[in-house]
Amino acid sequence: MTPLALASPPLGLTVIRAAAATLVVAALVALPAFGSPFLVTQFSRVLIYAIFAMSLDLLVGYCGLVSLGHAAFFGIAAYVTALLSDKAEINNILITLPVSVAAAALGALVIGTLALRTSGVYFIMVTLAFAQMLYFVAQENAFFGGSDGILLLAPFRLGIGDSTWLSLGDRATRYCLILSMALLVLCFLSFLVRSPFGCVIRGIRSNERRMRALGYAVGRYKLICFVIAGAHAGLAGHLYVVLTSLADPSILDWLHSAQVLLMLIIGGIGTLIGPALGAFVLIVLTDQASELTEHWKLVVGVVVIALTLFSRGGIVGLARSGTASLFARKPS
Amino acid sequence: MSGARELLRSERLCKNFGSLMAVRNVSLAINESEIHAIIGPNGAGKTTLLNVLSGELLPTSGLLIFADREVTGWTPDRLARAGLGRSFQHSSIFEDLTTFENVRLAAQVRLPSSMRFILSARRYQEITQRAEKILADLALSHLTATLAGEISHGEQRLLEVAMLSAIAPKLMLLDEPTSGMGKAETRELIEVLRRLAHEHTLVLVEHDMDVVFTLADRVTVLVNGAIMATGTPEEVRRNPGVRSAYLGERA
Repeated sequence: MTPLALASPPLGLTVIRAAAATLVVAALVALPAFGSPFLVTQFSRVLIYAIFAMSLDLLVGYCGLVSLGHAAFFGIAAYVTALLSDKAEINNILITLPVSVAAAALGALVIGTLALRTSGVYFIMVTLAFAQMLYFVAQENAFFGGSDGILLLAPFRLGIGDSTWLSLGDRATRYCLILSMALLVLCFLSFLVRSPFGCVIRGIRSNERRMRALGYAVGRYKLICFVIAGAHAGLAGHLYVVLTSLADPSILDWLHSAQVLLMLIIGGIGTLIGPALGAFVLIVLTDQASELTEHWKLVVGVVVIALTLFSRGGIVGLARSGTASLFARKPS
Repeated sequence: MSGARELLRSERLCKNFGSLMAVRNVSLAINESEIHAIIGPNGAGKTTLLNVLSGELLPTSGLLIFADREVTGWTPDRLARAGLGRSFQHSSIFEDLTTFENVRLAAQVRLPSSMRFILSARRYQEITQRAEKILADLALSHLTATLAGEISHGEQRLLEVAMLSAIAPKLMLLDEPTSGMGKAETRELIEVLRRLAHEHTLVLVEHDMDVVFTLADRVTVLVNGAIMATGTPEEVRRNPGVRSAYLGERA
């Protein structure tokens, strides 16, 4: 859908974009100062799901791999984090973060190696099957807390040895950590999709057969992409436990994977910033609607259907056609 | 035949689809820096042969030797990295990328590895310049920023060749490069191929007899999946079997 040109957009558009980005980042940084506790926690969640959605966008939007099992890597990292805290009393994110992200990456390496033997609908089904397998393992096993999951009592911290530099039991500190992680991920993935590697995976999405004929070992690039996406989903899963102190089977459920896919569709697939916006829209919409009525799913459903009907490129698609017509009207 | 160095050789190559023998006992020798055309009536198995030579199809039996190495069963990407590149009869381009990005992505395969994650692809000067030069050589520079899916059919055929030449293979397998092109465009492409032949060995599957007889150093005639004749264009033209089986039909 989106033209994957590397060419730079017109100057006016760049200025508008830069201004909008600065405003949004400034508002996000200032949020703990003026926002209510509820708002700070809500936006912590939004930012975690922005990371999760961007990681899936790398797979779906850039590499053309539609996965319905992306929650597996979110869940692996979440459970590893929870287990480290619960069983080994390790609450230092300097340890839990790298360990849980590495576990998610390893999970992605194993699942990816097997799932990438298939493609298209079969790939969707195989990724779904693996995630559901993990769901039942967590659900049926007392070690993983069964259907109640693992609830943590001690808050996480950042420090070396016994010292604590940042206490993540504090709402605002936690939010700042999550915000900086989300911005870091956005920056890294923005660079990634323009790098030689990014060009290769976009080529694979566009025409896999041709990529082979040109001499690219397509399978290897897909697997690395799958692992990078899995690791980022793991980062989101880790931060989720830091925020909520809970890892329960519902985060491994396929509905969780579908929910992120919905964020991509709402925001605009293959745009990175779109899925992040999609996370914001879906979470805020769900929270607002469920406060108003018990039939909140109906409200969310109608909004999603309307967005997909009237803008095939999601929110970013709408914004692009909007600014495009704005610039088209000006005489050059 | 002898004297020149052999670049690609097939020995008793066969490809069956069920009971259909699409390629039968094809023993072919392509010499370095020649233009070798493969012709034959529709359904003779030309494209199947090309797909076997480029690794897209596994041969049922037989051997494939490229640059003195046995390469039977190699995947297309491995063959391409070894220097055996191909183009497609139905343009196989990246429609949602710009024309420039199509060629740049092809040229990028010459990096030792594309596992580079941070620096923008545009910063790799050597690759970018190579892509620009190839687009200029093929008179496609004015289309640099246009999406490949939006350029004309003839331009897409040229782009197809541009991408192949960007990876600089030792041997180019070209599947009907002029298919669907007009007279003027065909002439233009013949010139491009002639230029490419200075640096590359070309194997050409072609329908257009004008193209074959103006370009080819040697011609192989394929009928019902088997080689009927191989030789210079003159020899092949005089071959009575070829005249009745193929050229005669058209006269």
